[in-house]
Amino acid sequence: MTERYFPDGMPPPMADGITLPWWQAAAEHRLLVQRCGSCGHSQLPPSPICSECRSEDTGWHEVSGRGELYTYTVVHRPIAAGQELPYVIGVISLEGSGGVRMISNIVDVDPEALSVGMPLEVAWEDMSDDLAIPRFRPRAD
Amino acid sequence: MSERRAHIVGVGESEYTRWGKIGDITEHALACRAIKKAVADAGLTLDDVDGLASFAEDRNEAIFLAAELGLPALRFGNMVWMPGGGGGCAAVSNAAMAVETGQAEVVVVYRSLCQGQFFRFGTGGVSAEAAPDPEPPTLQQANSLLMASMGFAMPYGLLMAAAAYALPTRRHMHLYGTTSEQLGMLAVTFREHASRNPRAVMGERPLTLEDHQASPMIADPHRLFDCCLESDGACAVVVTTAERARDLAKRPVEILASEQGTPKGYAFGPFTNANVADEIYATGGGEEMANRLYGKAGVGPADVDVAQLYDHFTGCVLMQIEDYGFCERGEGGSFIESGALAWGSGSLPTNTHGGSLSEAYIHGLNHVVEGVRSLRDESTSPVDGAEVCLVTSAACVPSSAVLLGRK
Ligand SMILES: [Zn+2]
Repeated sequence: MTERYFPDGMPPPMADGITLPWWQAAAEHRLLVQRCGSCGHSQLPPSPICSECRSEDTGWHEVSGRGELYTYTVVHRPIAAGQELPYVIGVISLEGSGGVRMISNIVDVDPEALSVGMPLEVAWEDMSDDLAIPRFRPRAD
Repeated sequence: MSERRAHIVGVGESEYTRWGKIGDITEHALACRAIKKAVADAGLTLDDVDGLASFAEDRNEAIFLAAELGLPALRFGNMVWMPGGGGGCAAVSNAAMAVETGQAEVVVVYRSLCQGQFFRFGTGGVSAEAAPDPEPPTLQQANSLLMASMGFAMPYGLLMAAAAYALPTRRHMHLYGTTSEQLGMLAVTFREHASRNPRAVMGERPLTLEDHQASPMIADPHRLFDCCLESDGACAVVVTTAERARDLAKRPVEILASEQGTPKGYAFGPFTNANVADEIYATGGGEEMANRLYGKAGVGPADVDVAQLYDHFTGCVLMQIEDYGFCERGEGGSFIESGALAWGSGSLPTNTHGGSLSEAYIHGLNHVVEGVRSLRDESTSPVDGAEVCLVTSAACVPSSAVLLGRK
């Protein structure tokens, strides 16, 4: 098991048929973006069709897990019992993703040190045997 | 002008309180009370009402309210698909469409909240007090498109609105140097307006910039006083045709134009819209809607005499000020600093009732009520000679707006 950052009581992700493959890959510590087989447009969250060319030929592309911080908030109110405060929610621009951003947490960081544009890398958190959540931490280049 | 042109002819509300404080009456009974008051304000009776309209997440369904109110018939029952308060003005717009197209004669738009009787709005029913689940956390089956989409927000703890709307606001601060003090001045201005409003929950609680800066951080950059109130209460607005409006009790207010707006990829706003175009991420998302609204009404930002802007969070008001063209993009902070929003001295008196930051958070329908009052000279912070009032419902999330005109 990987390092734990959040308690078990955090709201679990919910998936439907469209988003399930993303979460299955996450369980294997693979970070995906959806990539259109017709026009190459990348997107998240996954959708039944490409939002640019409207093709249903949607596929997956694995990214490195490197990225940079687009915006963030330092949250001082807990969602789950036993949660460490404050915690950081950010939007991360994913490197090599074709411009895709995702919401996640920034962990292992002094909130005072946060800045838009800071380099980040994925930090997987195994919440259980079949659920892993991608968090992000500062990256030393 | 067409005889069927839509006008607002009545407004009404119950008492407003802090959240959870109305426990002696059910939420739907409170809705009925507000609807009765608005209908009486118009000089109509419930026998005249043949339409009811509301917006997302309303527990008080029109078909049941129609039965409780004894409406002779419900010809138009309507609900807007917008998250939270984004559909307030859109519900007014739908009521206007109904009367203008002859689908109904008198439509009442309503909102009622008794949060102590249900879960607290904006928590998704999740409580940090709950014991941790003894089972290991696992992926769950999403039973709706909303929940599948929120699957990319909830596991990170992104459930609280104060955190979600902090994201575009923080980006705005990064891009334009907007400061917490500028956001605080906005909260202080609205509180000052509330001080004259006997309905305002915070009317007797003065607020200074020092108080704002000393208030606890909730989700940076949102301090406590950057966040709207959580309230119980109900209000309602009556919409009918020009012909019907002519001989009613109060001066009718014309609906000059109405618009709904959801930019590409916006979905549930900052909970799910991390991938909207970079140019609109740090905006209220309402610029195109604003342009359409002004175009339809044949007016511009300079013609707006008074504004009731949806104030779930201070930064979202700032971004709306830019969206609606009252200043250039990025200059919302200095616009607030200039005192422009203040009643009595500013160029754009805004939230003359105190807004959701200081009057009450009735999901913004109380802003429509105040918009009507401000054009009837009934506001407790009246704007002399005001002819055009902008009212908005939400920002940074799918939203809506109306321009109201004095008759
Ligand atoms: Zn495509």
